[in-house]
Amino acid sequence: MPETRPRLGVFVCHCGKNIAGTVDVAKVAEIASRFPGVVYATHHEYMCSDPGQALLKRAIKEHRLTGVVVAACSPTMHEETFRRAAEEAGLNPYLLEIANIREQVSWVHSGPAATEKAVRVVRAIAEKVRGNRPLRPAEVGVTRRALVVGGGIAGIQAALDIANAGFEVILVERSPSIGGHMAQLSETFPTLDCSQCILTPKMVEVARHPRIRILAYSEVEEVSGFVGNYRVRIRKKPTYVDPAKCNLCGECAKVCPVRVPNEFDRGLSLRAAIYIPFPQAVPSTYTLDARNCLGLLPLCCGKCAEVCEAKAIDFDMHEEILEEEVGAIVLATGYELYPKEAMAEYGYGTVPDVIDGLEFERLLSASGPTRGEIRRPSDGKIPKEVVFIQCSGSRDPEHHKPYCSKICCMYTAKHALLYRHAVPDGQAYVFYIDIRAGGKDYEEFVNRAMAEERILYIRGKVAKVFREGEKVVVWGVDTLTGRRVEVRADLVVLAQAMVPSPGTEELARKLRVACGGEGFLKEAHPKLRPLEALTAGVFLAGAAQGPKDIPESVAQASGAAAKVVALLSQPKLAHAPEVAEVAEELCSGCGICAPQCPYGAIAVDEVARVNEVLCEGCGTCVAACPSGALTFRNVEDEQVLRMVRAALAEVEGVGV
Amino acid sequence: MSGFEPRIVAFLCRWCASAGADLAGTNRLAYPPNAIPIRVNCSGRVEPQWVVEALKAGADGVLIGGCHPGDCHYVAGNYKARRRVYLLRKVLAELGIEPERVRLEWVSATEGARFAQVMSDFVAELKRLGPLHGNGGPK
Repeated sequence: MPETRPRLGVFVCHCGKNIAGTVDVAKVAEIASRFPGVVYATHHEYMCSDPGQALLKRAIKEHRLTGVVVAACSPTMHEETFRRAAEEAGLNPYLLEIANIREQVSWVHSGPAATEKAVRVVRAIAEKVRGNRPLRPAEVGVTRRALVVGGGIAGIQAALDIANAGFEVILVERSPSIGGHMAQLSETFPTLDCSQCILTPKMVEVARHPRIRILAYSEVEEVSGFVGNYRVRIRKKPTYVDPAKCNLCGECAKVCPVRVPNEFDRGLSLRAAIYIPFPQAVPSTYTLDARNCLGLLPLCCGKCAEVCEAKAIDFDMHEEILEEEVGAIVLATGYELYPKEAMAEYGYGTVPDVIDGLEFERLLSASGPTRGEIRRPSDGKIPKEVVFIQCSGSRDPEHHKPYCSKICCMYTAKHALLYRHAVPDGQAYVFYIDIRAGGKDYEEFVNRAMAEERILYIRGKVAKVFREGEKVVVWGVDTLTGRRVEVRADLVVLAQAMVPSPGTEELARKLRVACGGEGFLKEAHPKLRPLEALTAGVFLAGAAQGPKDIPESVAQASGAAAKVVALLSQPKLAHAPEVAEVAEELCSGCGICAPQCPYGAIAVDEVARVNEVLCEGCGTCVAACPSGALTFRNVEDEQVLRMVRAALAEVEGVGV
Repeated sequence: MSGFEPRIVAFLCRWCASAGADLAGTNRLAYPPNAIPIRVNCSGRVEPQWVVEALKAGADGVLIGGCHPGDCHYVAGNYKARRRVYLLRKVLAELGIEPERVRLEWVSATEGARFAQVMSDFVAELKRLGPLHGNGGPK
C-alpha cells in the first residue's frame, strides 16, 4: 500500500439536476469531509465530463489520495470511466469505488431522507475504499486454436470464418458426416434454393481447408481449463473404415446383410450396417455402425471386408481418446424435433401417415427415399389431401413446449407450396394459430403460398388425428367461423417443436455453461451478449441457443467466430483480479470450499488453492469457509462489516 | 409505533437485484428509503455472519437480493444463499428474533417494479414487527 494512513477523496456528482435536484450534494460533500480518512471532499456538476474527470485527476495528485469515492450514477455506467481516470492520475484503479446515489437514491426518494440515505451510502463505500488494496489483473497466454462442437451449418460457418482469419480449428461432429439438418432439407425458404446445392460447397471448403481438422463420429468427453487455455478430451469412435483408403465404390453396402432404419432419411428408408449417410458426406467415407454390424462379433459375417478391393475395412480399429488444447470453444450443437411419440393427440407417432417436417423434407428431396416424389409411408400412394399442422408441440405450455419454434410458419408454407408443385391436383390444408413471418421476404412468401397455390389456411388448433381405414382423419376447429372442421386426409405433416439436440445439457455441464428451462444453451445476456456463454471463452451459434432459421444461424455463427478471432488475437488475456484467495496459514484443507465452486477453480491438497484465472468472483466459497481462510479481494469480511456499521450509524446534520 | 422507521441493510447481487434496483431508479419508481444497499457479486457471497452483525449493529431487518432460481450469474450461488438463509432464520428464531426480519428475495435485472414492491413490503412488515429488541426503540 502506498501509505499506511489512508487519504480518501470524495467527489459528489450533481448529474445536472438528476441528483442535485433531490439530494443536497453540498451537504453530502461537507459531511463526507468529516468521515474517517477523508482528506478531500467536493461536488461537481458532471463528474463524468472532461472537467469533472480533470478535477478528479488533479485532486488525486494534489492531495496524494490513496482512495476515491465517486458518488454518482450506478457503477454499471461509469465505474470504468472513473477508474481509468484514476489510473491516468497514478492511482491504482481498484482503489476507486462508486457510491450509487442516483438510481438507488435520488431517482427513487425525496426530501431530507434522500440526502440522509446518500450520506449513508457514501459513508459505507468510503469504508470499503479504506479497506481496498491495489490490484492488478492477472495475465494469461492464449492457445491460438479453436474448437467448434457441431458440424451443422452454424458450426461449418463458424469453423470457416475462424480458419479464414488464420486460426486453426478442430470441428467435432457426433455423426459420421458434417452437414447437420440442413443437408436433409429439400429446398430452403423463402428463395427455394436447393439446400444441398448451397450447403455442399461449404462442406467441401471445410474438408479442403488447411486449417480445419474435422473429427467426425466424435464427441467431446471432458473439458478443463479456462478462457484461452482449454484442454479438451475428444472420444473418436471407430468407423472401422480407413477414410484414406475408402474409394466410395459402395460394394460393401451392397453385400451387407443388415438392414436398419436410415437416420438420414428419418427412418423412411433402410440402410446397411456399413453406409455413407449421403453421397456428398464429409468426410467422404463409409462408416461401419458397430451396433448393427454382424462382423464385429467373432467371424459371423465379414462380407464387406471380402469385397472391399481397397482393403479399407479394419475390424480391429479402436476407439481413440484425443487430447487437444484450444483457446476458445464454439457450441453449435443444433436442434432435434420434438418426438411425435409425445403427441398423444396426434397418434403417439403410431399412425404411419402422420409424419414430421423433416420426414416431409426427405420425401420432397430429389435424393430422398422416394426420389422427390411425394408418396406416403404406409402404402406409397401419392396423397391427394395433405394436412399441415403448425405449432405441433410449440406454444402449448400446458401439454408441450411453451415457446414458439419460429421456423415452422415458414417451412410449412414452403412444404405446402412444394407439395402443390409436385401434386398439382392435390389439396393442402394448413392449421395455424397465427402466422409469424417476420424476416426478409418472409411475409411475401407466405402470401404467395396462400394466394397463388390456393393452399387452405385454417386458423385453429387440431384436437385429434386418428386413422380410419386408408384415411387419416383430422378433427379441428376453425376459430374464425367457430365451426368444427373434419378433413379426411391422406397424409398429415406435423410442424414439430424444435428442441435442443440430445446431449446438449450433458455437454453444457461439461463446459459449465447454463441451459435455460427448455434446455437450450443460455447466452450471457439475452440482448447485449447473445453470442457468448457466461463461461468466458465459450460462444454459441445456431439453434442450440434457441429456435432459429438458417440465415440467423449463419449470422450468429459468423458473429461467434468474430468473437473467437478477437479473443485469439489478444497477445495476453487479462482477468479481473477481484477474486477469492486463500490465507494458507489459516486453511486446514477441509475441502468444503471446492464443491461450492461452479468453475472448478479450487484445488485442495494440503490446503485449498484458488486458480485466480478460473475464479469468476462469486465468493460462494468464501462464505462457506469455516475457518476464515478464504477471503475475497476487496470484499473482505472486515470491509463488509465496516460498511454495515457505516450504513447504520446515525447521521448528524441532515435534519430528517 | 407510527414514527418508527426501520433500518435495513440490503445485500444485493450485482447482476440481478442491484440491477433491478437500478431499473427501479431509471423508471422513477419511488419506494421507502429505509434500506442502505451494499452491492456484492453474488447472493452466495453473503455470509450469515454479516446478517447477524447487521442486526447487532442496529438494523431492524436485512434483505438479501439475488437472481431467480436458475438465473444465477454464477450458476448456483443463489441456491447456496437460499440454504444459508433457511438455516440462519431457524437460528434466529431460536434466539427469539423474528425470522421475518431476514428476507431473501429474487429480483431480476428486468424487475424494477418488483424491487420497489419488495422494498415497500419489507418496510411495512418491519413496521409491523417494530424495532428489533435491544435496539433502543423508536427514534
